[in-house]
This record gives sequence, structure tokens and C-alpha cells, in this order.
Amino acid sequence: MAEMTYIQAISDALRLEMRRDPRVFVLGEDVGVYGGAFKVSLGFQEEFGPWRVIDTPLSETAIVGGATGAALMGLRPVAEMQFADFISCAWDHLVTVAAKQFFRARTPVPIVVRLPSGGGFSGGPFHSQNPETSFAHIPGLKIVCPATPHDAKGLLASAIEDPNPVLFFEHKHLYRRIKGEVPDDRYTVPFGHARVHRPGDDATIITWGAMVHTASEAADELAKEGFEAEVVDLRTLIPWDKDRVLEGVQRCSKVLVLHEDTRTAGFGAEIAATIAEEAFEHLDAPVVRITAPDTPVPFAPPLEKAFLPQVEDVVSALRELAAY
Amino acid sequence: MSTGTQTEVVMPQMGVSVSEGTITKWLKQVGEAIGRDEPLLEISTDKVDTEVPSPAEGVVAQILVEEGATVEVGTVLALIAPAGAEVAPPVSAPEAPAPAPQEVPPAPVAVPEPVAAASAPAPEAPAPAAPPEPAPAPAAAATQAQAGNGKTFVSPVVARIAAEHGIDPSAVPGTGTGGRVTKKDILGFIESGAAAAPPPAPEPAPAAVPPPPAPAPAPEPVAAAPEPAPAPAAPAAAPAPEPVPAAAAPPPSPVAPPAPPPQAPAPPAPAPVAGELVPGEELQPMTAMRRGVMEHMRRSVDTAAHVTSAIEVDMARVVALRSKLKPELSNQKVNLTYLAFIARAAVDTILDYPWVNGELRGQSIVTRPFVNLGIAVALDEGKGLIVPVIRNAQDLNLTGTARSIQDLAERARTKKLLPDDVQGGTFTITNPGSFGTFHGTPIINQPQSAILGTYALVKRPWVVQDELGNDVIAIRPIMNLTLTYDHRLVDGAYAGMFLRDLRDRLESWDEAAY
Repeated sequence: MAEMTYIQAISDALRLEMRRDPRVFVLGEDVGVYGGAFKVSLGFQEEFGPWRVIDTPLSETAIVGGATGAALMGLRPVAEMQFADFISCAWDHLVTVAAKQFFRARTPVPIVVRLPSGGGFSGGPFHSQNPETSFAHIPGLKIVCPATPHDAKGLLASAIEDPNPVLFFEHKHLYRRIKGEVPDDRYTVPFGHARVHRPGDDATIITWGAMVHTASEAADELAKEGFEAEVVDLRTLIPWDKDRVLEGVQRCSKVLVLHEDTRTAGFGAEIAATIAEEAFEHLDAPVVRITAPDTPVPFAPPLEKAFLPQVEDVVSALRELAAY
Repeated sequence: MSTGTQTEVVMPQMGVSVSEGTITKWLKQVGEAIGRDEPLLEISTDKVDTEVPSPAEGVVAQILVEEGATVEVGTVLALIAPAGAEVAPPVSAPEAPAPAPQEVPPAPVAVPEPVAAASAPAPEAPAPAAPPEPAPAPAAAATQAQAGNGKTFVSPVVARIAAEHGIDPSAVPGTGTGGRVTKKDILGFIESGAAAAPPPAPEPAPAAVPPPPAPAPAPEPVAAAPEPAPAPAAPAAAPAPEPVPAAAAPPPSPVAPPAPPPQAPAPPAPAPVAGELVPGEELQPMTAMRRGVMEHMRRSVDTAAHVTSAIEVDMARVVALRSKLKPELSNQKVNLTYLAFIARAAVDTILDYPWVNGELRGQSIVTRPFVNLGIAVALDEGKGLIVPVIRNAQDLNLTGTARSIQDLAERARTKKLLPDDVQGGTFTITNPGSFGTFHGTPIINQPQSAILGTYALVKRPWVVQDELGNDVIAIRPIMNLTLTYDHRLVDGAYAGMFLRDLRDRLESWDEAAY
């Protein structure tokens, strides 16, 4: 057991999978000699050689297309997008081919696409997005959004093992900011099981990714006022742990759904609608959503701060819920 | 006095359900200058206390409603004259009895709504000038909650808990926004035991919502599905399914405690009720069965066009036959009752009159080649009714019918009935006659179309013909039977023919045929 940053945990998981399974290889822009835009694969080429750590041309289409082909031929590619934002270039390969291949031809496509996502460092509109919901809408894709080093390592191992295309959203703002104890050995964290980040019975906050930490800080703030909100980290959006969410709704009766992605048709809407359908009679207040507004992510730090859900936003929403 | 250039200040509408308000304070007096939107007076309604701003700039020309008075929304409260206009000084104000709507009963602050908000500070009405917060999402929900009717809005979870425990949410002190009852409030209320003991002086609250009967949503009156609930039948069903002469009536069999319905009994519902108890009166919770009976009876009367026809039956032949067969059958542990005879004869007659055994289903009529015969069984001490059903009664002979009735009645009283035993009836017999009543008008067991009532068997002077064809008066055991039927489906002549045929069967009972 060692203390690792979130990014070290991802690196560790990837290294262990490559040592364990010769079918696993990485490909992406600058992942080889340079070690990746965020240095996740630093030293990998030395250890595994250039044929398992492949520097590709600057073409997301080619990366995901190549990964899909390799997967069809029995390999376990892990593709890296330098930024999650660029995944849009590979939309067709992911959505039209990878997601549907198994349903068309019974041939699984076990690819993992690593997607450094999220804002908080003035990256602007092309380097800060959280496009998980766009893909959550596509049947056939799995969506993973770890919030802690422990989950990042265990979920990446599960993602590589999974026979489906998995989009692995790594929040850039957590890379070096969040540390935690991580077992040295390989382990997996199963998909579809939420994790209680912070217990409480007065309200349930449903969130994932970097917002888990925002929610937790806000809940600690409210605890000083005697209001204990639990923070439920979904960990994976597809599949998502509906049972755990509904259990929390039944117990707490007050719900806050929090995500960093923009509001309209965000995954929070899916959660809120499910609660309305399946736990209406357990609600003691309207389901509250806190999200980014429906705009591109702004560059300017004050604007970006206004754009991203802040601890204070969650605190004031929790106060409203407490008083409702 | 001209008011042509003056502006009226009226009692504002402070909420959809607010119809009146009380003037708590005039902030300006007659003759004082006032700016547009400057507060002129303070009012109090059952929703909010707030200031009323002046709709115009000028001088307070007249105050028409004094402090403490309660007036309806829209009542003119004051007149504002344009600045510089001639305004009578306060002293001379009384000289103006004015054409104003002075219908101002100095009533106490009439707050017709119940409790709750009284304890909580009334939420401030959003000041007209306050800019709406363009804030993050949750603010919207909360603002809505504040502006909303905090006293009557009940959240889904509170509504569900209230229904489960038979509590009127308006009787629960609320701590939420605007005095709203929260989940914690109602759970605390239940835990404190307050729900179990109705308050000594119940609030003049709107009548408590009775919790739904245990078996969930009641099917539509025309629903085809058999009732899952114990279907109550006649309001006056006798304790024993045995129409014997009152004098000879055996005591009802000793019986287990009154059986609740097969469904789990709902928790008692000591909801506060409208109206106060007079000293000596007692309030007790209603059992789930009583609620079921209540709902069924009301629904049946609301559904069917009830008509009752009666006929007198000379039971001499049946009495004789029963005396003859009874010892033999009692060896087989079968109690041969008059009801068994009547049931047997009724089932045969029904097969000739299918609508009596039918059902209106939407725009269609359902008839059947079988009779599922319901027998109304009353539980002890007026605790309720249950109608177990003999399936395919047409297949049973007299002994089988008697045995089935005996079995169902016994199981009804010892709580041994199964859900299937009380479902699917197509016709019902009720027997209120064992206490001597000779007539009744039972209520039809929905969705059936008719119910047969049997009454006391009484020896009467009866005109019969002797073997010479002469009329003589003889002593005969006479029983009245009634058929209460749904006139939407069964006509009077049809019912009359049914009763006639039933009577003929009983009067000419052919031992060999039964």
C-alpha cells in the first residue's frame, strides 16, 4: 500500500495490465517517447518497447479506428486522447462501429479510450469539457468516471478487462491534487457499484468525478449546522447504480444531483427523471440539480469559476434543501 | 368629492387562495406626501404579512379602512391625490362618509386555514422591487417553495406516510419553509405518539382524508376483475346462515374473535375529524374491514339502480323434508339448514334467468353458465361482513350445498378463508332473517346484479284449498324472500318471474331431484 496521486494510480494500473497481459498495448499522440501529454505513460516505451507503446499521427479517427481493428483481431488496446474534447473527431468510429459491432456481428470490441477531461485550470472551451453524457446516450459504450486514486486504478483494470468499448474519463483537475492509499497489487473495482464517499441521512448528493470532492467539502460545511448529507460517488455512469441511488432517496428524501458537465440533457437529468419515476413517493423536496450552465467552458479564471459548480453553490443548495 | 384624478389603493391579491387581508398599520396619514412604490400601509393575510406600496405619487387623500379591519381582496383602502391637489386636512376627514365600500366588519383576523404556519414566522412576500435571483438552479426551487402555499402543500413522502398512518398532515406542526410539514416533522409526530391520541380539541381542520382501504386502489365500478377484498353484502346479514324460525333459532355457533379481512389490517386511523366531540362521545379508529364495507356499500349504491321485490313462500314442504333429512345428514356432520334449500333452489332458478347472475361491464352484458354463489356472513358484534363464495354451486346437490355453506361460514369466523374464497362471486344470498326480520332491502355486492334476501320463517294463518277445492285457513310456515336487483340490467317483470319460479321450486320441492 502506497500513497499515490490520481495520475500515478492510473499509470500504475496501466503498467500492471501491460505486464500481466501481452495483448494490452497503448496508442495515442505522444504517448511513447514523450510519455503522454500528462506523462501517464512515461517510461512505458522503455519497458514495453515501441510496438506496445505506439506514437500515432495527430488523428483521433485513426487512433480509435486502429484500436477498434486491433480489438477485433484479439488485442486489448488502450487509446489515449490528449484531451477528452478531441473525442468528437472519433465519434463515428466509437458510435457507429465500436459501440454497435457486437450487436451487428457478435464480435466484441474490448477497447479502452482514456479521456483526460474536466476544467478548473483555465483550459478554455477545447480543453476542459466533460463529454461523458454524450456517450452515455449511446447503447454499447460503458462510461467510467473515477474520483479517487484507488478507484482510478481498480476501474482502469476493470475497463481493460471488460469486453466492451469503455470510455475512461480521468479528471485532469484530480491528477496531481488528489492523493490516496492505493494497494500495490492489481485489483479491480466492479462497474455499476456506487461508493459512499461520505455518509449522511439528511440528504443524498449524487455525483461523480471531481465533483465528489466539491460535494464532500460542501457536506462537511453543512454538517457544522447539523445537516448530514451523504455523498454518493457513482464511479461509473454506464452502468449506473440505480439501486443505491434509490435507496438513498428513500432514506434521505432530499436529493441533490451534481455534475460538472453542462445542464441540459446532462446525466443528472436521467438520474432526476429516474427518481421521479421510481421514488416519487419518497421525496420530501424537489430534486435539485447543480451543473455547469449551458455554455462552452470560458477561458478567463473568474468566468470559469462562475461556470464550474463551486463548494459555495452546493452549500447554498443544501441549505435550501435543509430548510425546505 | 371628485375622485377622477385620484388613484385608488386596493387590497392586493397576495396569493391564489387569499381572499382577504387585515390592515395592520397605516404608514402614511391623510395629507402626507407619498412617492410611487413607497410603502403606504402594512397588511396581514393568512399567507403573508407585507407592505402595500403606493401605486402613484401624490398625497394621501383619504383612508377608507381603519387599522385592524379585515376586508376582501379588491376593496379600496385609500385614495392618493396628485401632488399639489387640494386635500382635506385630517380633521375634516370624518365629514366624508364617502361613497366608499365601507363594508368593513372589524372582525378578528379571520384565518380559516388550520394550524401549522402559526408557529413559523410567515414568509416574507417577495418585495415587488426585489430583482429575481438569476442564481444557480436550486434557488429557483426554493423560491417557488417560499412563494407557494406552505400550509397545504404536502410533499410526496409526507403524503404517503400520512396515508399509511391515517394522519391528517395539517394536524402536524410543520418546520419547513412556510410551515410546511417535512418528513422529519411527520415521523416525529408519529413517534411522539401524538398521532395515536387525537388532540382533545380537534382543530376545525378540513375533514381528514381517510386512508385508502388496505387493498390499494379500488377497481372501477365496472371493473371486470373480481374484488380482492372481502366483499360485503347486505347491511343486515345475520350472524348465522340459517333461516330458522326465530323462536327455534340456535345460538350462533361459538366463534373465534371477529375475523379481520384476509388482508393485513391497516393501522388504525385516528385522524382528527371535523367537528368536536360532545362530552360522552367516543372516537375510535375504523378497522380496515369497516373501511372496506364503507367503501363497497357507498360504491354499490352509487353504481346500481337498486330495486327490491318480495315474495311469500309456503315452506311446509321444505320444513317437512328438512326434519326428515336432518338426522341422517347430521351423522355426516352436515348441518342441513333452510338456507341450503333456498340456495339450491335459487341456483337452479338462476340458470333460467341468466341476467340475475350477470354483470354490466362497460357497455356490455356478461352472462355465465355457472353460479359462484356468495353467502354473506356477518362477524360477531357488528364487526363487519364477509362474503365467501361457493364456486360452481350449480354442480352441488343439497347435501353438497349445505356442506359448503357450513364450511365457508365456519372458516369466515375463524379467519381461515383464503383470498380465493372471497373472490369471483356472481350472485349473493344474505340472510338477515334469523332475528325475526321479515323484510329488507340489501345492497348489491358489486359488480353483481342481484342479491337474494331470506327472512324469518314464521307460522302464519294461510288460505289454502282443501281436497274438495274449498278455501280454508291453515297454519303454514311462511318465509319472505326478496330479490334486490340492479334495474339497469334486470327488469321488474324479469325479477318477478325469477321470484315466482323460486317460490314454486321451494313449495313443490321434489326430493328425488335434489
